Amino acid sequence: MSSALRTRITHVDALSRPGTARRPPHRSWLRRRLPLMTAIVLTAALLTLSVFTGVADITDTTGRGHEFTWITRVPRTVALVLAGASMAMAGLIMQLMTQNRFVEPTTVGTTEWAGLGLLLTYILLPMPSITVRMVVAIVFAFAGTLIFFLFLRRVTLRSSLIVPIIGIMFGAVISAVSTFIALEFDLLQTLGAWFAGRFTGIEAGRYEPLWIVGVVAVIVVIVADRFTVAGLGKDVATNAGLNYERVVLLGVGLVSIVTGVVTVVIGSLPFLGLIVPNLVSMIRGDNLRTNIPWVFLTGIWIVTVCDLIGRVLIMPFEVPVSLVLGAVGSVVFILLLLRTRRSVAL
Amino acid sequence: MLSDVSVSPAHASAAVRDRRIGAYASRAHRARYLLILIGLIVAALALVVLVLSWDNHQVPFSDRWWRVSRMRSESLTVIALVTLCHSFATVSFQTATNNRIITPSIMGFESLYILIQTAAVFFFGISGLVGIDGFAQFLIQTACMVSFAVLLYSWLFSGRLGNLHIMLLVGIIIGTGLGALSTFMQRMLDPNEFDVLRARMFGNVGNADTDFLWFVAPVCLVSAAAIWMLARRLDTVALGSEISTNLGLNHKRQVMIILTLVTILMAMSTSLVGPMTFLGFLVATLAYSVTDTYSHRRILPVAWLLGFVILGGAYFLLRHVLPMVDTVTIIVELVGGVVFLIVVLRKGRL
Amino acid sequence: MIRLSNVIKRYGGDVEIGPVSIELPSGGIIALVGPNGAGKSTVLTMMGRLLAPDAGTVEVGGLDVHRAPSKQVARTVSILRQENHFVTRLTVRQLVGFGRYPYSGGRLTEHDEDKISEAIDFLNLTDLEQRFLDQLSGGQRQRAYVAMVLAQDTEYVLLDEPLNNLDAQHSVQMMQQLRRAADQLGRTIVIVLHDINFAAAYSDRIVAMENGRIAVHGTPDEIIRDEVLSAVFHTPVTVVDGPGGKFAVYHR
Repeated sequence: MSSALRTRITHVDALSRPGTARRPPHRSWLRRRLPLMTAIVLTAALLTLSVFTGVADITDTTGRGHEFTWITRVPRTVALVLAGASMAMAGLIMQLMTQNRFVEPTTVGTTEWAGLGLLLTYILLPMPSITVRMVVAIVFAFAGTLIFFLFLRRVTLRSSLIVPIIGIMFGAVISAVSTFIALEFDLLQTLGAWFAGRFTGIEAGRYEPLWIVGVVAVIVVIVADRFTVAGLGKDVATNAGLNYERVVLLGVGLVSIVTGVVTVVIGSLPFLGLIVPNLVSMIRGDNLRTNIPWVFLTGIWIVTVCDLIGRVLIMPFEVPVSLVLGAVGSVVFILLLLRTRRSVAL
Repeated sequence: MLSDVSVSPAHASAAVRDRRIGAYASRAHRARYLLILIGLIVAALALVVLVLSWDNHQVPFSDRWWRVSRMRSESLTVIALVTLCHSFATVSFQTATNNRIITPSIMGFESLYILIQTAAVFFFGISGLVGIDGFAQFLIQTACMVSFAVLLYSWLFSGRLGNLHIMLLVGIIIGTGLGALSTFMQRMLDPNEFDVLRARMFGNVGNADTDFLWFVAPVCLVSAAAIWMLARRLDTVALGSEISTNLGLNHKRQVMIILTLVTILMAMSTSLVGPMTFLGFLVATLAYSVTDTYSHRRILPVAWLLGFVILGGAYFLLRHVLPMVDTVTIIVELVGGVVFLIVVLRKGRL
Repeated sequence: MIRLSNVIKRYGGDVEIGPVSIELPSGGIIALVGPNGAGKSTVLTMMGRLLAPDAGTVEVGGLDVHRAPSKQVARTVSILRQENHFVTRLTVRQLVGFGRYPYSGGRLTEHDEDKISEAIDFLNLTDLEQRFLDQLSGGQRQRAYVAMVLAQDTEYVLLDEPLNNLDAQHSVQMMQQLRRAADQLGRTIVIVLHDINFAAAYSDRIVAMENGRIAVHGTPDEIIRDEVLSAVFHTPVTVVDGPGGKFAVYHR
């Protein structure tokens, strides 16, 4: 037991939680799907609530209120769905590939890199179109995340808790670089504004790029298993017939696309990719195939609820979702860590 | 006795004396260290003279000369104190956490500082910042930072379930959370207010808050002296919790003491010039590679002197040669950050 | 002597080590053996006060190791575990020098230097003492750690699987040096071993653990027997007479 226990203590891993290998008794198709279908129905209800929440009264067909439905409310809600689901999924991919529970775009510097790219486009180009901004952000996010992955591979880690510590420091450095540049060009206050994720100002004509992440989500559903295998290490993956490097590049690429697009259109959504997959695993165990829809739904739920709170709290003003999410996310992250304490305690 | 060979006493002690090496791996190593130490001291002194007399056309050491150089000597004092704080704090922190890729700034109490400053401006306008500049408020602010950190350590580290990494992570997260709150409030400020705040947000040597230097300086010196006296214990703590417990140290208690001293030093430095994340890391990393020894008594002074020379040199260059004095600390931060990246990418084991 | 009284350690509900009660006389080598997960390392760690038990007391050399001041314990008991990572670069002599910390707090006197030299010579590290640890092979590094613990000059020395990363030659050398330490220096060495045959060849007492409890303990003559070993290790063991003494065969 000593070496097994040591493994348990020094590798607080996402995918090998003791006692969660549950297999539900075989039930009819409908009964098995019932929880999921209930969740989908509830989600639809939540989204409807989102469409109806706001300052203007959209049921007002006589005045101009009802026009907001399609200009802001529905686009905003669609944006919530896409951003929430995709950032949660990005976190899941990264956790699968690194076998580490605490890895996600905002804890390894991916969002900071995207932010740096965004800043540079504004400085170097006169009037960067949204496409240009997204592409540059994606490229930067890709490079930065790849660097971090390379670092992970070259380093032997005694405890997987070190990974998010280093990742956050890494992000802090990039953030310092961005801050310096922003200071030089007097863009610091606006940088803060872009970076804070907010769904205010999302309207028809501005949120469409987010559909890209929808495409990414579909791709991920198809290739998710490969990420799991890749996460077991290069040797195991190659032995299983997988082209390891290609899968890693694919994973990092997908994560970068999602992060780049969401950062440019919405801003940073802190901790989302961290808390959603962990919450889902805590409740449902670690079966990837069946967890994917739950990860999407939970991501949507969390972002939508946080956004609703932000909209309602100081009506008619709004608290940006990144703040609410940051507050909620940090509390959940800390609770997760405290739970880890018990299993690590010696 | 242990040895199978019987040796005459005189012979024995001569043999032993030949084998003694102390903190250095070899005689050449020791010579190299002394050379570097002396070189740094000379550089530091030269820097002081340079800063004081550059473009100072008064008769040296006359009344007028001192008047002109008063601001400069104040800046030099601030630089000396800030580098003392950051060098000692970072080296000790890295030893206590057994990790050289981390800096105490990441722990979140500097975010607390920014939050307090931002909140003051947010709620009370620019006069709010002035309003919190009294000594009582300074003490409260410092006490906030230190007690927050110490509470964190005791809750998450010193108990039975204590885990260092979790404590670090929680500190980081709280820092991030507070930072998000600050950013939100900053967004809502008008640009004038933001400008004033901005000066507080970044380490600013030229514009340091020297009102309470009479308080800050002694606290820094005492805390640094405490760390100096703990230096030999630090050497043992560096070997990890199991070996140091084996050797009779209460590892947790030692780490708590060290962390508390680190917090005090960081709080003092932050109150002087605001947050500086990577200066300590830069200085510590250079000191390790330059001294190449386990002995903190040798590392700490070198780290301090390196910091003084680097920050002082940058200050001099950016004040008198290239006029960008506001960004001295930012540039040092940048360099420190790049060094961090390089170190991280070259590391073999964490 | 080493006395454990009703020592219990619980891990997360389902796993429990103990209650363990035993009195071990001082002097000689005591081997802690048993299958994986038996709790040998845990018991050793509690003996060396690196781990606090959930119940019971551990007394070594008359000291309650969990209540007595750690510094005092450090002069009576020393413990070496397996994975020791640290960031500082140390030479062999510097590492062994740390073994004197409980006596001189880092300021090495001439007496300390003598002790350090003795420990280094005893383990045949004299030629290597100026080298940095990362320049040594695994076996040499292991010897350096053991030298540190020997320099600590404690009556009781606890070693957790010291042979783990050593090849055949170095394993034998290490056991011979430990035997010498017990015989010539009068130390009591408690050592966790995986290989029952090393225990058979070098120890004065063997304590066999199984499932968190002590299954059986006694002299090698009493323990190295077919029925005893087969029960402890859950696999058929045949004891034969080897060239140097009794030998346990279990490979087929």
